[in-house]
Amino acid sequence: MSTLQATAATPVSTLPAFKRSRGHWANVAARIVRNPLAMTAAVILLALIGIAVFAPWIMPADPFATSMFTRLKPIGTPGHVFGTDELGRDLLSRLMLGGRLSLFMGITPVLMAFVIGSGIGILAGYAGGFVNTAIMRTIDVLYAFPSVLLAIALSGALGAGIVNALTSLTIVFIPQIARIAESVTTQVRRSDYVDAARASGAGAFTIVRAHVLGNVLGPIFVYSTSLISVSMILASGLSFLGLGVKPPEPEWGLMLNTLRTAIYTQPWVAALPGAFIFITSISFNMLSDGLRSAMEVKQ
Amino acid sequence: MTDERDIGGPRQPLLQVRDLLKHFPLKGKGLPFASPRSAVRAVDGVNFDILKGETLGVVGESGCGKSTTARVLMQLISQDSGELVFDGETVGSRALPLRQFRRQAQMVFQDSYSSLNPRMTIEDSIAFAPTVHGLPSREAITRARDLLARVGLQPERFAGRYPHELSGGQRQRVNIARALALEPRLVILDEAVSALDKSVEAQVLNLLLDLKQEFGLTYLFISHDLNVVRFISDRVLVMYLGQVVEIGSSDQVFDQPKHPYTRALLKSMPSMDPLQRTMEAPLAGDPPNPINPPSGCRFHTRCAYAQSVCSQRAPTFSSDDSGHGVACLRYEADTASLFSSEASHA
Repeated sequence: MSTLQATAATPVSTLPAFKRSRGHWANVAARIVRNPLAMTAAVILLALIGIAVFAPWIMPADPFATSMFTRLKPIGTPGHVFGTDELGRDLLSRLMLGGRLSLFMGITPVLMAFVIGSGIGILAGYAGGFVNTAIMRTIDVLYAFPSVLLAIALSGALGAGIVNALTSLTIVFIPQIARIAESVTTQVRRSDYVDAARASGAGAFTIVRAHVLGNVLGPIFVYSTSLISVSMILASGLSFLGLGVKPPEPEWGLMLNTLRTAIYTQPWVAALPGAFIFITSISFNMLSDGLRSAMEVKQ
Repeated sequence: MTDERDIGGPRQPLLQVRDLLKHFPLKGKGLPFASPRSAVRAVDGVNFDILKGETLGVVGESGCGKSTTARVLMQLISQDSGELVFDGETVGSRALPLRQFRRQAQMVFQDSYSSLNPRMTIEDSIAFAPTVHGLPSREAITRARDLLARVGLQPERFAGRYPHELSGGQRQRVNIARALALEPRLVILDEAVSALDKSVEAQVLNLLLDLKQEFGLTYLFISHDLNVVRFISDRVLVMYLGQVVEIGSSDQVFDQPKHPYTRALLKSMPSMDPLQRTMEAPLAGDPPNPINPPSGCRFHTRCAYAQSVCSQRAPTFSSDDSGHGVACLRYEADTASLFSSEASHA
């Protein structure tokens, strides 16, 4: 909260503590709690994450055990609530365990891109002038590619595997986040309070730390959360193409791929992994929308 | 006033502005490395002194370079040429590095809301500058609370609040407190009261006068409101299109204005007496384009006294013994005769 207290040589706590108003983030939290749509999305996401984390202990069956006799059973089969896949593996268990990789592949690239992209964008935005032009034009080269195409091209060039898929997705998201970071930072940099800080003799680093970060990270974060759903879908797409997760490891995109041959015999079972991808991504989008409207309130 | 930072004594101007020039080049559209063809001549050779302990008012129309001058004085933007001499030392020289100058000169901005960080409590905003200069944060917070009390905001009620929880007048008091947190000698007030209600404006003006007395401050007071400038200023400077056209004591400028532009400005002041109402618009039209200012005297296109010589020769600024200076050909010995008396009815 207070950067002054963080750098305190002597504790401020010995001063009479005057009542502090509720800070910006406390206000945002209070508003988002009152948004039913965002809260529903949050509950769904928490449930999905909880299930994925505790999957090994709560799975009803072994997700890797194949059986030729129980192939492609329909939803509601005794012992296999969500049916079985083309190799007779219990689909519910695979969906639960598969959530781990799917969520991981959705969140990690966005998180990495958030750190790197914000850094690049804030640097470009605060420096301005030639540095800005040089950085942003370079970023624009990457930005010019459609994200699906870029992800597939990078993944294909790097080769199959989870790490390579994460790397290529991170590279896909960096330009998008850097653009947002740059435009927000440019706006803040022109504000009078940054001028006032410069007039006080503070260096660029101090100004960015004390005055810029707190005002730009919020909008960048909101935008980034909306990218998680895109990232999940792209990661699923890469797995679908055989560029991400390798079988027999369960992952929603990969499961969708292997089950597609069963679309005529067991359409409901085949659609289940896709339904999970859809529910997760739409929940992230709803949460991100809620965050945005909670932060947009004019203060 | 005894101040150990006072180097040159009371006769030495606190800030001398010499041939200050700031042009904003207009970027040629298209080619990135094309040389700029023209520039906005925002500040075009400005000279003036700010004396110790005085309030120097700066007036002029919108776009005449008042705010750009303030920003260059604060070194928020650097000048193209010219120099600033603060108490005998050139700003940016080894004797007075920029960082040291900034401890001694601070600024209050017009927009009270955008000049405060919305994510910082006001005591943190005020304490920021002192901590930058190495004051332990505990002492900085103590100083911030003292200043809050001094500008009329009880610390126990306001210290922990955020800018959006304050009214415009309260926020401008916070901005004043922040400017004073470094114990400056010069405070530049750039339209600092212009956005406030009249009643609040009067309170803040009185506060400024009190603070000046208490801390021995020197003000550069920029405003477009002539009544306010007259109320607060010891001396007044009139700017037109990036240049100083008249400077003098408040009484000289307001009671015996010399420059036709100053006269026209004063005529534009609404009269308190309805029977004395100004009937005609004394200044017609907008000021000329600062990208391509008129030749000779820049005011000749709107001047009631203009003669042909005005478009050919630029006036030089000269002061009389009482310190009343003007840049107008009517007051120059060799051209004064060219102006007949028939225009003096204006």
